[in-house]
Amino acid sequence: MEAASLPAALELTAGGGAGLSAEKRAVLGTSLLLLQRDYRFERVWFWGRIQGVRGAYYIAEGLGPDRAAPRSRLYSLNCMEWSLLPPATKEMVAQAEQLKGRFQGDPSFEYKYSEVDAEDAERPIEDGKEPMIKEEARLVATIEQIDRAVGIIPRGAFVKTPLGPVHENRNFEGLSLTEAKKLSSYFHFTEPVNLKNKTLLEKADLDPSTDFLDSLEHDIPQGSWTVQLEKGGTVVVLRSLLWLGLTFYHIPMTKQYGYVYFGTGEKNLDLPFML
Amino acid sequence: HGPYQPHEPGYGLYQPGYSPHDDQIPDPKSRMLAIQNAKAYLLKSSTTSGLNLYDHLANMLTKILDEQPTNAVDIIENISKDVKWAQFQKKMDTLRDEHEILPTFEAAEKRKALFLKANGEGDEELEEEIGETRLPNVMETAFYFEQAGIGLSKDESYHIFLALKKLVSVQPIQTCRFWGKILGLEMNYIIAEVQYHEEEEEEETEEEEVTKEGGTGMDEVEDEDEEKEKEDEPPKSTYKPPPIIPKEENGTGANKYVYFVCNEPGKPWVKLPPVTPAQIFCARKIKKFFTGRLDAPVVSFPPFPGNEANYLRAQIARISAGTHISPTGFYQFAEEEGDEEEEGEGGRDTCEENPYFQPLSVAEMVDSLSTWVHHTQSILKQGRCVWLNPFQKSEEEEEEEEEEGEEEKPEEPDELQQEIGPPLLTPLSEDEGIQNIPAWTAQPSTNLIPQYAVAILQSNRWPGAYAFASGRKFENIYFGWGHKYSPENHAPALPPPAQAEYPSGPEITETRDPTLEEELAFKAAREEALAEAEEEEDEEDAVEDDEEEEEDD
Repeated sequence: MEAASLPAALELTAGGGAGLSAEKRAVLGTSLLLLQRDYRFERVWFWGRIQGVRGAYYIAEGLGPDRAAPRSRLYSLNCMEWSLLPPATKEMVAQAEQLKGRFQGDPSFEYKYSEVDAEDAERPIEDGKEPMIKEEARLVATIEQIDRAVGIIPRGAFVKTPLGPVHENRNFEGLSLTEAKKLSSYFHFTEPVNLKNKTLLEKADLDPSTDFLDSLEHDIPQGSWTVQLEKGGTVVVLRSLLWLGLTFYHIPMTKQYGYVYFGTGEKNLDLPFML
Repeated sequence: HGPYQPHEPGYGLYQPGYSPHDDQIPDPKSRMLAIQNAKAYLLKSSTTSGLNLYDHLANMLTKILDEQPTNAVDIIENISKDVKWAQFQKKMDTLRDEHEILPTFEAAEKRKALFLKANGEGDEELEEEIGETRLPNVMETAFYFEQAGIGLSKDESYHIFLALKKLVSVQPIQTCRFWGKILGLEMNYIIAEVQYHEEEEEEETEEEEVTKEGGTGMDEVEDEDEEKEKEDEPPKSTYKPPPIIPKEENGTGANKYVYFVCNEPGKPWVKLPPVTPAQIFCARKIKKFFTGRLDAPVVSFPPFPGNEANYLRAQIARISAGTHISPTGFYQFAEEEGDEEEEGEGGRDTCEENPYFQPLSVAEMVDSLSTWVHHTQSILKQGRCVWLNPFQKSEEEEEEEEEEGEEEKPEEPDELQQEIGPPLLTPLSEDEGIQNIPAWTAQPSTNLIPQYAVAILQSNRWPGAYAFASGRKFENIYFGWGHKYSPENHAPALPPPAQAEYPSGPEITETRDPTLEEELAFKAAREEALAEAEEEEDEEDAVEDDEEEEEDD
């Protein structure tokens, strides 16, 4: 969610019981501004909080002029001092997927994990050390996975300019109430995967300036999003069931929207059994 | 000047009619004609939409000059689209717009009802309420939890406060507590934990006893029919289903509290049915999301005995048993004389508030988990809080068995071992963690201002269960999806192995058919035996013949 709209947005996503204390809100208000100044971001998003066993990580993302470019991610243990996280690589993500269990809350904690591939086991282990991952790497990989899987925006909120960069759409007036209840009005804010597979007929209906991302309609498994109207029907809240804790809110017919993650950072692999 | 030649530098720059010196051209008519032609072209209506470019451009420029957006040239296409779109909004007919009744208005109407004071509230009732504060102070609890970032928005909390007030005024309730909120797919549940006045409980138990007696009457009639048809019966199945463990009485054990749920504050409260051990047993094996509708079926394996209301009640019972904690010393066992032996192996099951409770400091509450205790009974594997032996027969059942002595008695399974759970008021340090994670995470709400901090506990076994303690105040609450945490993936129970249809005996056991070689060998052996017998006869005949021949000679 936008750092500027943090207080209002937290009120709207508090339906799940998770939020920030007054102290944290106050601290974030100032530290996110300082972050924007220090790193020269154009926009700063408060991404959320991953709850570990002994502590929690507060995550912020910074966006540059091209909103769809890879975002810089920062984490903090107390919302005051922020550290930049390295960009996620495929190996990091692959390794982190093998890890199970909660985050510990200590960024230097090392996980020992057993190799799953037979090929890797045959490779001689260098220096006799077991493969280890630091919790920081796991954090990076988890945030990347969550953003890629369930980071969403309403349709029309961003436009792709003819030159390529993506900007906010100044003409975006918000989704109407009927549109807001449909999953097809929300897009994954990440590289599209299914767009190329659409038939020509479908592609002809799309507007290339706003429909350049995948919509939520064809997410697997079906039903992995809950759409609810809260506060007497004035706010549309989408919650992901694949990553429990991801909450997206949007007030129809206004420009207010955003998503935040308050959870343990674990994928809900039992989802098909639970639906 | 004059028309430039191709090789001259001015060629091509000035088009006829547009060069800066054209006003000096002594032929304004052709220029006017050109302008008129251009305007006529712009005024041409489009064949598909009926608009013309001239009017459209004029409207667009009017709009831009009125609104004066920044960087208009960047969004010119969108402005154009908006102007065209605005065309279709004008209604040229005389029908008036019917005001849309949005569902948001209806929801607001329901919530408004919460804020109205009920009619007929006299002074007497007000005095009663002030005397016994049955209504919990939801806002105060919300304030303490907010110190840790837990809780709903203030609006929602206040709505829940008012909804609880309505519940308390409608039902004869002794104590009431906001238990928490469970999220669902279509709608969420807001749950209130309630204890009735004592008279209400007696009425309910009477109703249940009546239905039980009706059931036993039916059984006796069936037994008589069976005795008549003793001859020529197909073999009876020897399967005896495991005995149904009776649920606990209202007011004890897992059914100590009654729970009311509603989907949103403003909607009517619905009472959840009491929970049975079979439901708890099954709920431990399945993991399903709640849909938000109490009558929704729970499709699962093992099949859940009930619908979503029962599943919700079972999960609430499990969460309450596992995560309701209080500071040590707040509750104490009631002092009774000489009753310890009568309690049996179950241990004590009630506790009461300690009037001499001395609260510990927040630092102590956070440092060590032994400063907290569970004040609800844990649920045993059986599904009850107090163990019951299902094979203990009452006197009636023993008499029935004597009558049916002729029929074969099925084998009785081994006697069940009594299950013992942790006793009431066990400190949290005894809670088992999961793998290497402790069962609870304790934190103070703030490190910056420790003198006003609140001790906060989060459960790791039931993510979403929280507890706070500050001085003499403490509270438990639950916000979550209603599932237990398991680091391993959920593996559904496998179907049981197929039961044997019949007991195996020698006459129905299959044996292998003899193979071809064996049969041939058998045949050969038999023929040999026959051949030997014939040879012997032949020899005898031959000997006789010889003897005859010899005699002839």
